Amino acid sequence: MKYLDEYRDGELAQKLALEIHRITTRPWNIMEVCGGQTHAIVKFGIDELLPEHITLIHGPGCPVCVTPLEVIDKALELAAKPGVIFTSFGDMLRVPGSTTDLLSVKAKGGDVRIVYSPLDAVKLAEQNPDREVVFLGVGFETTAPATAMAVFQAAQKRLKNFSMLVSHVLVPPAIEALMSSPDCRVQAFLAAGHVCAVMGYEEYPPLAEKYHVPIVVTGFEPLDILHGILMCVRQLESGRAEVENQYTRAVRREGNRPAQHLVREVFRVVPRKWRGVGEIPDSGLGLSAAYAAFDAEIKFGLADLHVDEPADCLSGQVLQGQIKPHQCPAFGVKCTPEHPLGATMVSGEGACAAYYRYRRHNAAETANVK
Amino acid sequence: MKTLELTAACPVPLTQYPHVLMAHGGGGTLMHQLVENIFGKAFSNPLLDARHDSAQFFVPPGRLAMTTDSYVVRPIFFPGGDIGSMAVHGTVNDLAMSGARPLYLSCAFIIEEGLPMETLWRVVCSMRDAARRCGVQIITGDTKVVDKGKGDGLFINTTGIGVMEHALDIAPQNVRPGDVVIVSGDLGRHGMAIMAVREGLQFESAIESDSAPVHEVVAELVTAGVEIHCLRDLTRGGLASALNEIAEAAGVKIAIEEKAVPVREDVHAACEMLGLDPLQVANEGRFIAMVAKQDGARALQIFRRHGVSANAEIIGTVAGKAAPLVTLRSAIGASRILDMPSGEQLPRIC
Repeated sequence: MKYLDEYRDGELAQKLALEIHRITTRPWNIMEVCGGQTHAIVKFGIDELLPEHITLIHGPGCPVCVTPLEVIDKALELAAKPGVIFTSFGDMLRVPGSTTDLLSVKAKGGDVRIVYSPLDAVKLAEQNPDREVVFLGVGFETTAPATAMAVFQAAQKRLKNFSMLVSHVLVPPAIEALMSSPDCRVQAFLAAGHVCAVMGYEEYPPLAEKYHVPIVVTGFEPLDILHGILMCVRQLESGRAEVENQYTRAVRREGNRPAQHLVREVFRVVPRKWRGVGEIPDSGLGLSAAYAAFDAEIKFGLADLHVDEPADCLSGQVLQGQIKPHQCPAFGVKCTPEHPLGATMVSGEGACAAYYRYRRHNAAETANVK
Repeated sequence: MKTLELTAACPVPLTQYPHVLMAHGGGGTLMHQLVENIFGKAFSNPLLDARHDSAQFFVPPGRLAMTTDSYVVRPIFFPGGDIGSMAVHGTVNDLAMSGARPLYLSCAFIIEEGLPMETLWRVVCSMRDAARRCGVQIITGDTKVVDKGKGDGLFINTTGIGVMEHALDIAPQNVRPGDVVIVSGDLGRHGMAIMAVREGLQFESAIESDSAPVHEVVAELVTAGVEIHCLRDLTRGGLASALNEIAEAAGVKIAIEEKAVPVREDVHAACEMLGLDPLQVANEGRFIAMVAKQDGARALQIFRRHGVSANAEIIGTVAGKAAPLVTLRSAIGASRILDMPSGEQLPRIC
């Protein structure tokens, strides 16, 4: 396929891998931040091509995984309300809240619909003036402009029956939180290419300098990831800690300014709880005061919730790179994609689900699967 | 009285009622008219025309194969097919997967009140044409009408009977280490065609379903004496489900080459956009054959002689008796599990 198969070329991949082998002299821990990259690494077996000295740590960059239980529970409450059309991206439907999931709410009669764009939810609100349409706005900086546009358009159209349950999260504060933890083992980052396509990478040089870590903005195809790793190792081996851009075909230093303006217009930076990680200051987006009328939590008077994670789910440690998914005692035993304990198992891009789907045979000795 | 607009190719024979009414399932005059004018007219054959409660026929000597399937696709008409042709092809293909020659179908309709009569007629005509193409007769049937809102337009169940004219034992348990795995064509078209129409996704070109009968390919494989160990159609769950089920049943490891699996460029692109794996997407005219190693090349030639399987490929081998597992060598040469998909395919966020 044009512009895709080119980045999955087996021979070029081997060449990049050889070069990584050639220059690696010491063990290095590199974290890929984004769930899309984790998925590609495990799906294509990229880590199998790397020297054993190089450990990839799978970061917290799966929006489905880090959406806190409280938000899922609020979504479930809204979706079950008569008169509400609850709209969401497809992969949020299977995410378990503390008691059930959106697919089950749908089966019991809730009007839950998959949309491919938040703007489709706005359209639904226009078409159904006697119903309340709620959109579950989750994701990183990548999806924030689209949800911002939906709110912006709903305001322009003066829609009274559209609102949004917002749980957007931001990448740089999460990197900062990880690096400032005393347990942190990460020595370099592959930054998420698509986040940077929107936001640029001007936020990263202070982080690279403060924590002396190389940060390489990286794409999602096998050759992108191998190239990103090579650029990280080159920096690590020569003692540099700079911000570099591997994903030049999509990312400019300043990012997408109009998208950033729209996000700033509609949202404000708020503290946000990350599932499995806890609250990180300034790491989320919430609706700004001017758009508060579209805040589903205010509109429906949802009470503040606090929900505890299941004790035997170690997704927090997985998300912080402290353990590999198959090192969790529940992996593949109590916790499978059919019965996930935590969201890292439910989303295709969660590290646990990726390991379960593609790596069970390697993990069998430790996790006693099949 | 309202008269329906008639089309030259396939005129609706009933003009009195433009929509199906509850009375059409009520056992009275209207039901009689529906059966005579729609089903009887389209499917006419001596066994059906006898109008018994049950069709009577002589059984050919040897083993018979029987299968049933219900069809609930939405929308009823989609690029590349419709619920009617699918209800014939699907059941014919299920019979073919045991190497049977399909003979007869039964056909039950559950119709939602208010379905346009013209829609029903188009579906019935499509079934008639599909049955002719497959050389099967629809010899008995049933009609029920359910209240508006209690159905999704039209559901169809077909049951098929076929005769086994060979001594092969085609079953997952007979898969042997060394067998080659042949896929009959490119994957993922039916699932993506349905998803594109259902969700209003605009791709550059319409992806059409691969819905088609495959029994003639199987018949030729059997006649040519190919040592077939297992056949499996690749409907819901796609290639990934089929291979995992076979690995489980046979207690073998199956190794697939990702690069060898044919996927059309537009289907590949649509799957990438939605975060779906074409190997897990549904097909309606594709199957895999596990055949003895020495017959692999000959079998592939037979596949490629038929239009429906012209793009067949050898995609892998049965590696050996082991804990059941399907592995896939990725495009960049690393190996991973090809897993059974869990539940419904859900498009991802980003």
